Amino acid sequence: MNDTCCPPTQAPEPAPSLTRKDFQTPQEVRWCPGCGDYGILNVTQRVLAAQGIPPHKVVFVSGIGCSSRFPYYVNTYGFHSIHGRAPAIATGVKCANPDLQVWVVTGDGDGLSIGTNHLIHAIRRNLDINILLFNNRIYGLTKGQYSPTSELGKRTKTSPDGTIERPIWPVRTALAGQATFVARTVYSDPNHMATTLEAAARHRGTAFVEILQNCNVFNDGAFDHEADRKKTDEQRIFLEDGKPVRFGKDGCKGILVENMEPVVVDLPPGGEPPPGSTLIHNTKAVSPALGELLAALVPPNFPIATGVFRDVERPIYDQELRGQVEAAISKQGKGRIEDLLNSGTTWEVR
Amino acid sequence: MQTHDAAGKELREVSQATVRFAGDSGDGMQLVGTQFADLSSLVGNAIRTIPDYPAEIRAPAGSLGGVSGYQLNFADEEVSTPGDAPYVLVAMNPAALKVNLRDVQTGGVIILNTDEFNEANLTKARYESNPLEDDSLSDYQVIPVPMTRLNDEATKDSELPGRDRARCKNFFALGIALWLYDRPMQPVLEWLMHKFGKKTAVLTANARSLRAGYNFANTTELMRVHYRVAPAKLPKGRYRRVNGNEAAAMGLVVASCRAERPLVYASYPITPASEILQELSRHKNFDVRTIQCEDEIAACCAALGASFAGCIGATGTSGPGLALKAEALGLAVMTELPLVLVNVQRAGPSTGLPTKTEQADLLMALHGRHGEAPAVVLAPSSPGDCFWVAYEAVRLATKYMTPVLVLSDGFLANSAEAFAIPEVKDLPEIAVASVPENQADFAPYRRDPKTLSRPWAMPGTAGLQHRIGGLEKQELTGAVSYDGANHRRMIEQRNRKISGIAADIPPARVEGDDSGDLLLVGWGSTCGAIKAAVRSARAEGHSVSHLHLRHLNPLPQGLGEALKRFRKVLVPENNLGQLCSVLRSEFLVDARPLPSMEGRPFLIREIRNAIEEALNQ
Repeated sequence: MNDTCCPPTQAPEPAPSLTRKDFQTPQEVRWCPGCGDYGILNVTQRVLAAQGIPPHKVVFVSGIGCSSRFPYYVNTYGFHSIHGRAPAIATGVKCANPDLQVWVVTGDGDGLSIGTNHLIHAIRRNLDINILLFNNRIYGLTKGQYSPTSELGKRTKTSPDGTIERPIWPVRTALAGQATFVARTVYSDPNHMATTLEAAARHRGTAFVEILQNCNVFNDGAFDHEADRKKTDEQRIFLEDGKPVRFGKDGCKGILVENMEPVVVDLPPGGEPPPGSTLIHNTKAVSPALGELLAALVPPNFPIATGVFRDVERPIYDQELRGQVEAAISKQGKGRIEDLLNSGTTWEVR
Repeated sequence: MQTHDAAGKELREVSQATVRFAGDSGDGMQLVGTQFADLSSLVGNAIRTIPDYPAEIRAPAGSLGGVSGYQLNFADEEVSTPGDAPYVLVAMNPAALKVNLRDVQTGGVIILNTDEFNEANLTKARYESNPLEDDSLSDYQVIPVPMTRLNDEATKDSELPGRDRARCKNFFALGIALWLYDRPMQPVLEWLMHKFGKKTAVLTANARSLRAGYNFANTTELMRVHYRVAPAKLPKGRYRRVNGNEAAAMGLVVASCRAERPLVYASYPITPASEILQELSRHKNFDVRTIQCEDEIAACCAALGASFAGCIGATGTSGPGLALKAEALGLAVMTELPLVLVNVQRAGPSTGLPTKTEQADLLMALHGRHGEAPAVVLAPSSPGDCFWVAYEAVRLATKYMTPVLVLSDGFLANSAEAFAIPEVKDLPEIAVASVPENQADFAPYRRDPKTLSRPWAMPGTAGLQHRIGGLEKQELTGAVSYDGANHRRMIEQRNRKISGIAADIPPARVEGDDSGDLLLVGWGSTCGAIKAAVRSARAEGHSVSHLHLRHLNPLPQGLGEALKRFRKVLVPENNLGQLCSVLRSEFLVDARPLPSMEGRPFLIREIRNAIEEALNQ
């Protein structure tokens, strides 16, 4: 047997100088004009180029939906699969060849309705993959039905009287699945998105990133509140590990917990806030409680938190699997067909 | 032929015997059955076995639902089934007798543990009167043995607590059976040593019980006759006992080694297929990677993802899981990636009879996908053949870049037989071509003119980046295409690719005369019963032949012609007539179904009777 699929870890190749162009395909991009996905594509290609991994070592796997067309537009290996199943396909890819960098692109319907099961289990196993969930809170490709992340009461083609089901929260779901890296970013903020995606790509283990994204045709303005750059100060918290949780002009507001509930508190503008005056962010916390609390902050009573919620290390499924294979080979020796065929209860007929 | 042994008891030569051990789920019947089977192999008999166990893990003790059985057929010539009717039944309690009596040959031997025939157990087994005391067993040779007490007596000096000692009584029963068929005890004692070497008390107690059982049979006046089955004239060589699941697992591993690609087996536990996942998870030193997935869909998708990345992607399941995997199979057809799916069929629909066998997934395997989605469908015809069919599945999947479905079933999965171990050099070649880096004219859907297969370009290879997916592909380039004319061409190409495989498999082969009055056509696990029934009919001068299909899609060449050379065609299947309808629609022949759907394999006599009927019509 050769090791075509699973070569031993080699010294990294010298990083070739790559540009965004190296990750573009000739395929005509077919999202609606003005779609938030264009911005995400641009930033992703930039991030891919910057990290220096050659395109042939990268795989994009997607499911079904507008966002899932993504692989066609990235000049890596790509697999546009079936609805909701991208994390399962990616699991197979990564277990077959752990040396590939694997990205999953999914949407709110794909990842959190038909494919929730696979999403949670991929996260729980901590495969070394990056999952980008484009959340536009609507079914776009099927032309405007409510999605699992649509806000309660939303009127759509299939909910003319308003939805009667509570939305599922991507970041909170990922945290519940014990994700080792969870982040949120906004389509309209390319620099923040780039920083976030770079951190996700660097993370070893499953990196889950929710990208708030506008569907200008079927759910226009879904994230105007979060995306409004004029009101960024008031409406967004930029999470930074080890830093005070604050927002508002010159950081004049913070978040504290009273009776297990978050409350907005006033802080002295600028400078370091006094100890205990606001939460200090900690992406390495063992308990998911802080991440969960911050992820659950929603307008209009709170700003929305963006950035990295959680970034911890844990054993990685595909590496553990490879480890077990290598351990078995080193303990028992590389399997020989003859030995396998002749194992069990055998006898000779003379 | 008959002689007498040293004890003055008659030793009768017989050509064949069928023995069934039956007791509570916890009585260890599978264990002693397996021991008896191994011993039979060791003394040179041909064997075939079948277990019968309840769906519940531990049904209430003594209840009819909790009876577990193990049947073994051994002979001095080839055996093709586990036997129609046992000549010997060992029943450890009233429930075991009640459930199994109807199958025992008239005049057969029934060995009963009389200690368990008490009021409580008789009530649990719904006996109105004690069969030991009424005349309901008068057609049989009943050997009443107070097994519980004798076992207790034999093991009382061991250091085991009473409860554990009581559990040794299956070895007492085995001891009786060994004497009855003139088998040596030594190999069983050696096995006990190997198994319990460090647990001296367990070893001693079981060994004592075994000896006590043997000696009891040897001395009791109740047993005047014992039997000897001479070694079978099997082809020379090394053999191994395998059941279908073990053989399928082994076939996948060996094929992946030959293909020089690691095996990634992704599966979700389901009866009766779980054993394949269990077995493969022990073979990591063959670079086998197993993934126990969150569900059936994920399992199929993970296997497909692994194939995309260049491994041998395989998954396994049973009927309900096949239904769930259907969409991913369609994706495998569209993306033209190799994928092996072993479907160990069980009685359906829905949860059905999960531990019982059936062959009712054929049409689903052939057609159970939306759109025009042809896939290769194979079926092993014996437990050992599961090895060869799994191997063939990998060969075809990789050569033709296609999903291959293997239709095993509960019978094959659990039934064991002697498998002639092949020489590695005799294994068919599985050559997997990889596409070199930066190949100038690489196109993901450039078809090989001969096989119509597309190249398998692995992620990680420089310069071959491409995108595949469920959307229709433009021929050659693999770009997304919504063009109707292209779609039609691609459907035709995918279909031609699969139908063309007919030239790469053996043509249809009739066992017996090439033409005549009646042809029996079967597929999968019915092979042994059909073969035996046809052999018996031919021995009586009937013009009957047998054709067995291992390839269900594409069908082998020459099949239509073969069918038409017979006046009548009869198709025995463990379903309502699925292959029969395929043959009728494919070849316009008046094939008739012979259905059996009772959760068990065909009996030889059922097919034999049907042959008689068909010939007389």
